[in-house]
Amino acid sequence: MTGNMIFTVIALLMLISLVALVTQKNLIKICIALSILGASVNFLLVALGYRSGGAVPIHYLAGDNKVMVLPTPQCLTLTAIVIALATTALMYSLIVMIYKHYGTIEIDKIRRLRG
Amino acid sequence: MNQHLPALLLALPIGGAFLAPLACSLGKKLRNIFYLTVSLLTLICAVMIFLETSAGKILVYVMGAENFALTLPSGMAFPVRIILEMDAFSGLMVLCVAIASFAGALFSVNYMDKFSGLKRFISLYFLLVLGALGMCATGDLFNFFVFVEISSIASYGLAAFWRDKPESIEASFKYMMLSQVGALLLLVAVGTLYGKYNAINIGALASMLQTGVLEKIVLAMFIAILAFKCGAFPMHAWLPDVYSEAPSGVTCLLVSVSQASFYGLMRICFTLYGTNPANVTAAWILITLGCASMFFGVMMAVIQHDVKRLMGYHSISQVGYMLLAMGVGLYTLSDAVLLAEYGFTAMKGGIFHLFNYSMFKGLLFLTAGALYYATGTRDLDKMGGLARSMPWTTVMFMIGAAAISGLPPFSGFASKWLIYESSFAIHPILPVVALLTSILTLASFVKVFQTAFLGASKISLAPVREVPVGMLCGMGLLSILILFVSFFPNIFVSGVADPSASGLIDQAGYINAVLGGVK
Amino acid sequence: MRPMSLIVVTLNKVFAWFMILFGSLVIMNGHNTPGGGFQGGAVVATFVCFMLVAYGGKKFFTWVHTPIYSGLETFGLLAFFVFACLGFPNSFTYNFLAVPAITSTGGLIMGEVWGGWLPSCGTISLMNIAVGFEVVGALSLAVIEMYEGTHIDDAHFGGECGHDR
Repeated sequence: MTGNMIFTVIALLMLISLVALVTQKNLIKICIALSILGASVNFLLVALGYRSGGAVPIHYLAGDNKVMVLPTPQCLTLTAIVIALATTALMYSLIVMIYKHYGTIEIDKIRRLRG
Repeated sequence: MNQHLPALLLALPIGGAFLAPLACSLGKKLRNIFYLTVSLLTLICAVMIFLETSAGKILVYVMGAENFALTLPSGMAFPVRIILEMDAFSGLMVLCVAIASFAGALFSVNYMDKFSGLKRFISLYFLLVLGALGMCATGDLFNFFVFVEISSIASYGLAAFWRDKPESIEASFKYMMLSQVGALLLLVAVGTLYGKYNAINIGALASMLQTGVLEKIVLAMFIAILAFKCGAFPMHAWLPDVYSEAPSGVTCLLVSVSQASFYGLMRICFTLYGTNPANVTAAWILITLGCASMFFGVMMAVIQHDVKRLMGYHSISQVGYMLLAMGVGLYTLSDAVLLAEYGFTAMKGGIFHLFNYSMFKGLLFLTAGALYYATGTRDLDKMGGLARSMPWTTVMFMIGAAAISGLPPFSGFASKWLIYESSFAIHPILPVVALLTSILTLASFVKVFQTAFLGASKISLAPVREVPVGMLCGMGLLSILILFVSFFPNIFVSGVADPSASGLIDQAGYINAVLGGVK
Repeated sequence: MRPMSLIVVTLNKVFAWFMILFGSLVIMNGHNTPGGGFQGGAVVATFVCFMLVAYGGKKFFTWVHTPIYSGLETFGLLAFFVFACLGFPNSFTYNFLAVPAITSTGGLIMGEVWGGWLPSCGTISLMNIAVGFEVVGALSLAVIEMYEGTHIDDAHFGGECGHDR
């Protein structure tokens, strides 16, 4: 039960962010929801790579411990974090520009493209 | 040097993107030379890869190993490094992207000349090329995600390049929101597969994929995300916005980039899942998505007045053809008799159409850009009689429009014919929908031709002249390719579509190239 | 943005420099410990944020020259690219400088205590430093550009400002 606790937390985080994505109208709040979604996915990746009782996956630091935590998901997470940082920065910059052009950041008032 | 081609293919656009700020400080002329040279070198590299792979060879390249062919270092059972793997289908996709990027670069040199910030533009352009090429070249799922993200981030930036236009910012933000959710779900799917099989290499995963609920869920996620990325019907909302608001040279490339997502979808369905029973459902999903995209895309295109937006909706309907064809191919994959009977024909048609689509859609977007450049508007109601002042653009538009509507001598007809005759075997309603779509496409393009190029010249358009020679070169390159494929479809089908389709169904060959040990 | 109070400015004078030191440490040790080019670079880039918050926009922009950060970014990227290309006779991004700690006969070159010694990382630490430069430049530039883009200091805040179309 406690072993699966982390996945429950991840599922909750995902649910929170997806609900927020659908219900929120403020662009900043949508960005926050996206960040939470990204964080929960990173959580999932790290949790998948964990082996109970595992050591640091570095050859000379692991010592006699035969079980190591998987390093690949951690690399994946780092890459995903870097990508998330870039998109978050770009997203907030775009929000600034949207505010400049439209005078609002409510998503239902930004509707020039349709049809 | 030939063995290093896959790495060079990615290294060239990376180098181009990183050197662009330096090259742009050297003046206008050197900047343009740099921009075109790097695009041309990438194209040459892509052509060489295409020639190698279409002969049936699978190129494998291991990044950072002592030897580029060392897929399994020191006796490990599974590949651990970043591996690039390209078969005939990847070679074809790489060729499409490289041609589109070169044509877009030729077009952009004149088209973007009067704007500031070109150093960022060129950097982002090469990053977009890199993302698309990487998606076609990579052999593992996580790198596929990384390249998807590189191309997405570059395309957000390029869609919002005209930042003083509220519409382009809005389009970019809309695309970013949807695309980010999609990309994160893609990461969840990759992570889930990793959690079960401890591998992210497509070949290694394919060799041990079992049948189960988890695999079905993951496949559903992949289909949803990648169909969204290539603009299939229920998830199409971003596509006309982004295509119409990005600068035209970029739109020409974006068409190929979304085809790279389509390539990813096919790679996952055919190579990763192969004869897995989950694929029968997947095939029906693809067929349904294809029919819906075809029909609704063209229905929405007919009522548009903005020329680029109209073409954006046509993109949705053309993607539908490919989804339909590949769905038919996937449906027959586990049955050798049906596959030989009509499935293989459908896949050939789909791949042929994919190449044609990248070419004529790129050309049409470039002509739309030329219209915008010359007249300053995208609204069809404000155009008229442009055939007199822009003869070259008119001719090239006619070539593109004839090809997309599938008029008999042109390339679109050959590929659509293959799709009609093979999808008829699954259900007779499918070719009916496809034919109807083709007719509506023709009607819609006749409307554009009539309003923009024929009729009386408007007084407001009197000073309009033919566009500069660089833009004509970009369009001319694509037109010549379309004409070549139109006149020799047999050569193309037997020499290109056939090896690509057989590469796609040859799951064992793809797996062996990675897990077969050192060659 | 207005300058903040004397307390913040004084604390900033004393402690902000340590962010550069700490960030450099993280970058330099990236091959052996948690962290690396990106993480260290992000820490170093907080220096710019500190300066901006503490001293306010007006004074800040008399110090800052964006071409320097652009230069750092380009330099880092190109250095990374060159290191990646130098591996080409073997393969792209091949670690051509690395000296394996374990010899082909199975013995350790420097003995057990030297496991993870510096030469075994080869180009990894050099690439980390290159990435560090890139991230410092890029993140500082992002902060500066985003601040400039908001035009909080300008009197005509909210006006249209775009390309030269």
